[in-house]
Amino acid sequence: MKCRVCRGPAVIDIRRHNAGFCTEHFVHHCEEQVRRAIKDHHMIEPGERVLVAVSGGKDSLALWHLLVTLGYDADGLYLGLGIGEYSHDSGAAARAYATTQGVKLHEVDLSADYGYDIPAAATATHRAPCGACGLSKRHLFNAVALERGYDVVGTGHNLDDEAAVLLGNVLRWEAGYLGRQHPVLPAAPGFARKVKPLYRLGEREMAAYCVLQGIDYIVDECPMAAGNKHLGFKDVLNTLEDRSPGSKAAFLFGFLERGHDRFVADAGEERDALGECAVCGAPTPGEICAFCRLRQRAGALDVDAMPVELRRE
Amino acid sequence: MLLRNPKREVEIEGPLTVAALLVRLELNPESVLVICGDTLVTRDARLAHDDTVEIRSVISGGAR
Repeated sequence: MKCRVCRGPAVIDIRRHNAGFCTEHFVHHCEEQVRRAIKDHHMIEPGERVLVAVSGGKDSLALWHLLVTLGYDADGLYLGLGIGEYSHDSGAAARAYATTQGVKLHEVDLSADYGYDIPAAATATHRAPCGACGLSKRHLFNAVALERGYDVVGTGHNLDDEAAVLLGNVLRWEAGYLGRQHPVLPAAPGFARKVKPLYRLGEREMAAYCVLQGIDYIVDECPMAAGNKHLGFKDVLNTLEDRSPGSKAAFLFGFLERGHDRFVADAGEERDALGECAVCGAPTPGEICAFCRLRQRAGALDVDAMPVELRRE
Repeated sequence: MLLRNPKREVEIEGPLTVAALLVRLELNPESVLVICGDTLVTRDARLAHDDTVEIRSVISGGAR
Protein backbone atom coordinates (compact mmCIF):
# COMPACT_ATOMS: atom_id res chain seq x y z
CA MET A 1 0.00 0.00 0.00
CA LYS A 2 1.24 3.47 -0.87
CA CYS A 3 0.86 6.79 0.90
CA ARG A 4 -2.06 8.72 -0.55
CA VAL A 5 0.01 11.92 -0.55
CA CYS A 6 3.59 11.05 -1.59
CA ARG A 7 3.16 7.50 -3.02
CA GLY A 8 5.92 6.24 -0.70
CA PRO A 9 5.39 3.08 1.38
CA ALA A 10 2.42 3.42 3.77
CA VAL A 11 2.67 2.46 7.45
CA ILE A 12 -1.05 2.70 8.23
CA ASP A 13 -4.23 2.20 6.29
CA ILE A 14 -7.45 3.99 7.24
CA ARG A 15 -10.30 2.14 5.63
CA ARG A 16 -12.93 4.86 6.08
CA HIS A 17 -10.74 7.17 4.01
CA ASN A 18 -9.80 4.30 1.66
CA ALA A 19 -6.24 5.57 2.06
CA GLY A 20 -2.81 4.72 3.38
CA PHE A 21 -0.28 7.17 4.81
CA CYS A 22 3.48 7.21 5.39
CA THR A 23 4.65 8.39 8.83
CA GLU A 24 5.14 12.02 7.81
CA HIS A 25 1.78 12.39 6.11
CA PHE A 26 -0.11 10.42 8.76
CA VAL A 27 1.20 12.76 11.46
CA HIS A 28 0.18 15.70 9.25
CA HIS A 29 -3.28 14.12 8.81
CA CYS A 30 -3.72 13.90 12.60
CA GLU A 31 -2.60 17.48 13.09
CA GLU A 32 -4.99 18.69 10.40
CA GLN A 33 -7.94 16.83 11.91
CA VAL A 34 -7.25 18.38 15.32
CA ARG A 35 -6.67 21.82 13.82
CA ARG A 36 -9.99 21.53 11.97
CA ALA A 37 -11.87 20.34 15.09
CA ILE A 38 -10.54 23.28 17.11
CA LYS A 39 -11.30 25.82 14.38
CA ASP A 40 -14.76 24.52 13.44
CA HIS A 41 -15.98 24.55 17.03
CA HIS A 42 -13.97 27.50 18.42
CA MET A 43 -12.52 25.17 21.04
CA ILE A 44 -9.46 27.20 22.04
CA GLU A 45 -8.95 30.90 21.42
CA PRO A 46 -5.49 32.50 21.10
CA GLY A 47 -3.83 33.01 24.49
CA GLU A 48 -6.09 30.60 26.37
CA ARG A 49 -4.61 28.03 28.76
CA VAL A 50 -5.60 24.39 28.36
CA LEU A 51 -5.59 21.70 31.04
CA VAL A 52 -5.35 18.27 29.42
CA ALA A 53 -6.92 15.38 31.34
CA VAL A 54 -4.04 12.89 31.23
CA SER A 55 -4.53 9.20 32.01
CA GLY A 56 -1.22 7.88 30.66
CA GLY A 57 -3.10 6.16 27.83
CA LYS A 58 -2.77 6.73 24.10
CA ASP A 59 -5.53 9.28 23.62
CA SER A 60 -4.65 11.73 26.36
CA LEU A 61 -0.92 11.66 25.64
CA ALA A 62 -1.57 12.02 21.90
CA LEU A 63 -3.87 14.97 22.59
CA TRP A 64 -1.30 16.66 24.80
CA HIS A 65 1.40 16.09 22.16
CA LEU A 66 -0.78 17.41 19.36
CA LEU A 67 -1.85 20.53 21.26
CA VAL A 68 1.72 21.44 22.17
CA THR A 69 2.86 20.70 18.60
CA LEU A 70 0.15 23.02 17.29
CA GLY A 71 1.41 25.78 19.59
CA TYR A 72 -1.16 25.73 22.37
CA ASP A 73 -0.34 26.48 26.02
CA ALA A 74 -1.30 23.06 27.40
CA ASP A 75 -0.44 21.52 30.78
CA GLY A 76 -1.54 18.10 32.01
CA LEU A 77 -3.46 16.85 35.04
CA TYR A 78 -3.09 13.25 36.16
CA LEU A 79 -5.57 11.83 38.63
CA GLY A 80 -4.35 8.96 40.87
CA LEU A 81 -7.30 6.56 41.05
CA GLY A 82 -5.82 3.96 43.39
CA ILE A 83 -6.33 1.05 40.98
CA GLY A 84 -3.26 -0.99 41.98
CA GLU A 85 -0.62 -1.75 39.37
CA TYR A 86 -2.65 -0.05 36.64
CA SER A 87 -2.54 3.31 38.46
CA HIS A 88 1.14 2.83 39.24
CA ASP A 89 2.00 2.19 35.58
CA SER A 90 -0.30 4.85 34.11
CA GLY A 91 1.06 7.50 36.49
CA ALA A 92 4.59 6.51 35.53
CA ALA A 93 3.73 6.86 31.83
CA ALA A 94 2.24 10.33 32.37
CA ARG A 95 5.23 11.51 34.43
CA ALA A 96 7.73 10.06 31.97
CA TYR A 97 6.03 11.85 29.08
CA ALA A 98 6.01 15.17 30.95
CA THR A 99 9.68 14.82 31.87
CA THR A 100 10.76 13.80 28.38
CA GLN A 101 8.83 16.58 26.68
CA GLY A 102 9.54 19.25 29.31
CA VAL A 103 5.86 19.99 29.90
CA LYS A 104 4.04 20.66 33.18
CA LEU A 105 2.03 17.88 34.85
CA HIS A 106 -0.25 18.55 37.81
CA GLU A 107 -1.22 15.60 39.98
CA VAL A 108 -4.17 14.91 42.26
CA ASP A 109 -4.40 11.69 44.24
CA LEU A 110 -7.89 10.55 45.20
CA SER A 111 -6.72 8.67 48.27
CA ALA A 112 -4.26 11.26 49.61
CA ASP A 113 -6.28 14.34 48.70
CA TYR A 114 -9.90 13.17 49.01
CA GLY A 115 -9.79 10.11 51.27
CA TYR A 116 -11.08 7.42 48.92
CA ASP A 117 -10.11 5.51 45.80
CA ILE A 118 -12.08 3.99 42.94
CA PRO A 119 -12.20 0.39 44.24
CA ALA A 120 -13.47 1.67 47.62
CA ALA A 121 -16.05 3.93 45.95
CA ALA A 122 -17.30 1.06 43.77
CA THR A 123 -17.69 -1.18 46.81
CA ALA A 124 -19.45 1.51 48.83
CA THR A 125 -21.89 2.41 46.07
CA HIS A 126 -22.49 -1.16 44.84
CA ARG A 127 -22.13 0.17 41.32
CA ALA A 128 -19.74 -0.34 38.41
CA PRO A 129 -16.37 1.34 39.13
CA CYS A 130 -16.49 3.26 35.82
CA GLY A 131 -19.38 5.33 37.20
CA ALA A 132 -17.42 6.47 40.25
CA CYS A 133 -14.33 6.99 38.11
CA GLY A 134 -16.10 9.14 35.51
CA LEU A 135 -17.83 11.19 38.21
CA SER A 136 -14.54 11.81 40.05
CA LYS A 137 -12.75 12.81 36.86
CA ARG A 138 -15.47 15.18 35.64
CA HIS A 139 -15.61 16.91 39.01
CA LEU A 140 -11.89 17.18 39.68
CA PHE A 141 -10.68 18.12 36.20
CA ASN A 142 -13.22 20.95 36.21
CA ALA A 143 -12.43 22.00 39.79
CA VAL A 144 -8.65 22.06 39.24
CA ALA A 145 -9.05 24.00 35.99
CA LEU A 146 -11.13 26.67 37.75
CA GLU A 147 -8.82 26.82 40.78
CA ARG A 148 -5.62 27.12 38.76
CA GLY A 149 -6.77 29.53 36.12
CA TYR A 150 -7.19 27.34 33.05
CA ASP A 151 -9.74 28.42 30.46
CA VAL A 152 -10.33 25.02 28.90
CA VAL A 153 -10.30 21.35 29.92
CA GLY A 154 -9.22 19.11 27.03
CA THR A 155 -10.10 15.41 27.08
CA GLY A 156 -8.91 12.61 24.81
CA HIS A 157 -12.34 11.41 23.68
CA ASN A 158 -11.89 10.11 20.14
CA LEU A 159 -14.31 9.27 17.35
CA ASP A 160 -14.81 5.72 18.66
CA ASP A 161 -15.53 6.94 22.19
CA GLU A 162 -18.04 9.48 20.98
CA ALA A 163 -19.77 7.05 18.61
CA ALA A 164 -20.06 4.47 21.41
CA VAL A 165 -21.50 7.07 23.82
CA LEU A 166 -23.91 8.20 21.11
CA LEU A 167 -25.08 4.63 20.53
CA GLY A 168 -25.69 4.19 24.27
CA ASN A 169 -27.61 7.46 24.46
CA VAL A 170 -29.71 6.69 21.39
CA LEU A 171 -30.58 3.20 22.60
CA ARG A 172 -32.17 4.77 25.67
CA TRP A 173 -33.19 8.08 24.03
CA GLU A 174 -31.41 10.03 26.74
CA ALA A 175 -32.49 13.46 25.52
CA GLY A 176 -30.50 15.47 28.06
CA TYR A 177 -27.31 13.51 27.38
CA LEU A 178 -27.84 13.82 23.61
CA GLY A 179 -28.18 17.58 24.00
CA ARG A 180 -24.88 17.73 25.87
CA GLN A 181 -22.99 15.36 23.57
CA HIS A 182 -20.90 17.76 21.55
CA PRO A 183 -17.20 18.41 20.87
CA VAL A 184 -17.51 21.56 23.00
CA LEU A 185 -19.36 22.22 26.21
CA PRO A 186 -19.25 25.99 26.70
CA ALA A 187 -18.13 27.57 29.95
CA ALA A 188 -20.90 28.39 32.42
CA PRO A 189 -20.97 29.49 36.07
CA GLY A 190 -19.00 26.79 37.91
CA PHE A 191 -17.89 25.08 34.68
CA ALA A 192 -14.74 25.56 32.58
CA ARG A 193 -15.15 25.04 28.83
CA LYS A 194 -14.70 21.38 27.96
CA VAL A 195 -13.37 20.34 24.56
CA LYS A 196 -12.72 17.09 22.69
CA PRO A 197 -10.23 17.92 19.92
CA LEU A 198 -9.75 14.24 18.94
CA TYR A 199 -13.38 13.59 18.00
CA ARG A 200 -12.52 13.42 14.29
CA LEU A 201 -9.83 10.72 14.80
CA GLY A 202 -10.42 7.03 15.53
CA GLU A 203 -8.74 5.27 18.40
CA ARG A 204 -6.73 3.10 16.01
CA GLU A 205 -5.35 6.35 14.58
CA MET A 206 -4.45 7.61 18.05
CA ALA A 207 -2.60 4.40 18.91
CA ALA A 208 -0.74 4.61 15.58
CA TYR A 209 0.10 8.26 16.23
CA CYS A 210 1.70 7.35 19.57
CA VAL A 211 3.67 4.46 18.06
CA LEU A 212 4.94 6.62 15.21
CA GLN A 213 5.80 9.57 17.48
CA GLY A 214 7.58 7.36 20.02
CA ILE A 215 5.09 8.20 22.79
CA ASP A 216 5.31 5.47 25.42
CA TYR A 217 1.75 5.05 26.65
CA ILE A 218 0.19 2.43 28.91
CA VAL A 219 -1.10 -0.23 26.53
CA ASP A 220 -2.96 -2.36 29.06
CA GLU A 221 -6.58 -1.46 29.63
CA CYS A 222 -7.89 -0.52 33.07
CA PRO A 223 -8.71 -3.86 34.78
CA MET A 224 -11.89 -2.38 36.26
CA ALA A 225 -13.29 -1.50 32.82
CA ALA A 226 -13.41 -5.10 31.58
CA GLY A 227 -16.85 -6.06 30.37
CA ASN A 228 -18.43 -2.63 30.72
CA LYS A 229 -21.24 -1.42 28.44
CA HIS A 230 -19.04 1.07 26.63
CA LEU A 231 -16.75 -1.72 25.40
CA GLY A 232 -19.81 -3.64 24.21
CA PHE A 233 -21.00 -0.65 22.17
CA LYS A 234 -17.53 -0.29 20.63
CA ASP A 235 -17.52 -3.95 19.70
CA VAL A 236 -20.87 -3.62 17.94
CA LEU A 237 -19.75 -0.49 16.09
CA ASN A 238 -16.47 -2.09 15.01
CA THR A 239 -18.38 -5.06 13.60
CA LEU A 240 -20.45 -2.61 11.54
CA GLU A 241 -17.31 -0.70 10.55
CA ASP A 242 -15.61 -3.86 9.34
CA ARG A 243 -18.53 -4.59 7.02
CA SER A 244 -19.07 -0.97 6.00
CA PRO A 245 -16.05 1.29 6.54
CA GLY A 246 -17.05 4.84 7.47
CA SER A 247 -20.12 3.81 9.49
CA LYS A 248 -18.84 5.17 12.80
CA ALA A 249 -17.89 8.55 11.35
CA ALA A 250 -21.19 8.82 9.46
CA PHE A 251 -23.13 7.98 12.65
CA LEU A 252 -21.31 10.54 14.81
CA PHE A 253 -20.83 13.34 12.30
CA GLY A 254 -24.41 12.94 11.03
CA PHE A 255 -25.69 13.35 14.59
CA LEU A 256 -23.55 16.43 15.18
CA GLU A 257 -24.64 18.04 11.90
CA ARG A 258 -28.31 17.06 11.82
CA GLY A 259 -29.41 15.63 15.16
CA HIS A 260 -27.72 17.41 18.05
CA ASP A 261 -29.60 20.71 17.81
CA ARG A 262 -32.91 18.92 18.32
CA PHE A 263 -31.86 17.95 21.86
CA VAL A 264 -30.18 21.15 23.04
CA ALA A 265 -33.32 22.35 24.81
CA ASP A 266 -33.44 19.13 26.85
CA ALA A 267 -29.86 19.67 28.07
CA GLY A 268 -30.51 23.35 28.77
CA GLU A 269 -33.43 22.61 31.07
CA GLU A 270 -31.24 20.40 33.24
CA ARG A 271 -28.39 22.92 33.43
CA ASP A 272 -30.68 25.87 34.15
CA ALA A 273 -31.88 24.17 37.33
CA LEU A 274 -28.43 23.98 38.98
CA GLY A 275 -27.57 25.49 42.37
CA GLU A 276 -24.36 25.28 44.45
CA CYS A 277 -23.26 22.26 46.47
CA ALA A 278 -23.55 22.99 50.20
CA VAL A 279 -20.18 21.34 50.80
CA CYS A 280 -17.87 22.26 47.92
CA GLY A 281 -19.77 24.87 45.94
CA ALA A 282 -19.83 22.91 42.68
CA PRO A 283 -22.91 23.23 40.47
CA THR A 284 -25.56 20.68 41.41
CA PRO A 285 -29.30 20.16 41.00
CA GLY A 286 -29.54 19.07 44.68
CA GLU A 287 -28.24 20.30 48.03
CA ILE A 288 -25.03 18.25 47.85
CA CYS A 289 -23.24 17.47 44.58
CA ALA A 290 -22.73 13.94 43.28
CA PHE A 291 -18.98 14.08 43.99
CA CYS A 292 -19.45 14.97 47.68
CA ARG A 293 -22.18 12.33 47.99
CA LEU A 294 -19.76 9.80 46.52
CA ARG A 295 -17.13 10.78 49.10
CA GLN A 296 -19.74 10.55 51.81
CA ARG A 297 -20.78 7.04 50.76
CA ALA A 298 -17.13 5.97 50.54
CA GLY A 299 -16.65 7.12 54.14
CA ALA A 300 -14.34 10.00 53.20
CA LEU A 301 -16.69 12.86 54.10
CA ASP A 302 -19.14 13.20 56.99
CA VAL A 303 -21.42 16.03 56.01
CA ASP A 304 -23.65 15.59 59.06
CA ALA A 305 -20.65 16.07 61.36
CA MET A 306 -19.61 19.30 59.64
CA PRO A 307 -20.38 22.48 61.59
CA VAL A 308 -23.10 24.37 59.79
CA GLU A 309 -20.79 27.40 59.38
CA LEU A 310 -18.36 25.27 57.34
CA ARG A 311 -21.07 24.38 54.87
CA ARG A 312 -21.49 26.80 52.04
CA GLU A 313 -24.49 29.09 51.96
CA MET B 1 5.52 -16.33 13.68
CA LEU B 2 5.62 -15.12 17.28
CA LEU B 3 2.70 -13.01 18.50
CA ARG B 4 3.09 -10.56 21.37
CA ASN B 5 0.60 -8.51 23.32
CA PRO B 6 -1.59 -10.00 24.57
CA LYS B 7 1.16 -12.24 25.84
CA ARG B 8 1.02 -15.45 23.91
CA GLU B 9 3.12 -17.38 21.52
CA VAL B 10 1.37 -18.74 18.49
CA GLU B 11 3.16 -20.55 15.75
CA ILE B 12 1.64 -19.62 12.40
CA GLU B 13 3.08 -20.70 9.08
CA GLY B 14 4.19 -17.83 6.87
CA PRO B 15 4.37 -16.14 4.55
CA LEU B 16 0.94 -14.54 4.69
CA THR B 17 -0.53 -11.05 4.59
CA VAL B 18 -1.55 -9.04 7.66
CA ALA B 19 -5.18 -9.24 6.50
CA ALA B 20 -4.96 -13.04 6.29
CA LEU B 21 -3.32 -13.21 9.72
CA LEU B 22 -6.15 -11.20 11.28
CA VAL B 23 -8.74 -13.45 9.62
CA ARG B 24 -6.87 -16.50 10.93
CA LEU B 25 -6.90 -15.03 14.45
CA GLU B 26 -10.55 -13.88 14.10
CA LEU B 27 -9.58 -10.29 14.94
CA ASN B 28 -11.39 -7.20 13.68
CA PRO B 29 -8.84 -5.03 11.80
CA GLU B 30 -10.53 -1.94 13.28
CA SER B 31 -9.57 -2.97 16.79
CA VAL B 32 -5.84 -3.62 16.43
CA LEU B 33 -2.53 -2.33 15.14
CA VAL B 34 -0.07 -4.80 13.67
CA ILE B 35 3.60 -4.13 14.41
CA CYS B 36 6.25 -6.26 12.71
CA GLY B 37 9.56 -5.87 14.52
CA ASP B 38 9.45 -2.15 15.31
CA THR B 39 7.43 -1.12 12.28
CA LEU B 40 3.70 -0.53 11.82
CA VAL B 41 2.44 -2.50 8.84
CA THR B 42 -0.64 -2.17 6.63
CA ARG B 43 -3.11 -4.96 5.92
CA ASP B 44 -1.56 -5.85 2.57
CA ALA B 45 1.96 -6.26 4.01
CA ARG B 46 3.43 -9.77 3.73
CA LEU B 47 4.73 -11.37 6.90
CA ALA B 48 7.55 -13.91 6.73
CA HIS B 49 7.65 -17.17 8.61
CA ASP B 50 10.34 -15.97 11.06
CA ASP B 51 8.81 -12.54 11.80
CA THR B 52 7.92 -11.47 15.33
CA VAL B 53 4.59 -9.68 15.22
CA GLU B 54 2.79 -7.64 17.87
CA ILE B 55 -0.97 -7.42 17.61
CA ARG B 56 -1.77 -4.42 19.77
CA SER B 57 -5.34 -3.79 20.86
CA VAL B 58 -6.37 -0.16 20.46
CA ILE B 59 -9.66 -0.34 22.37
CA SER B 60 -10.01 1.75 25.53
CA GLY B 61 -13.11 1.29 27.62
CA GLY B 62 -12.76 3.11 30.91
CA ALA B 63 -14.21 6.42 32.02
CA ARG B 64 -12.52 9.58 30.81
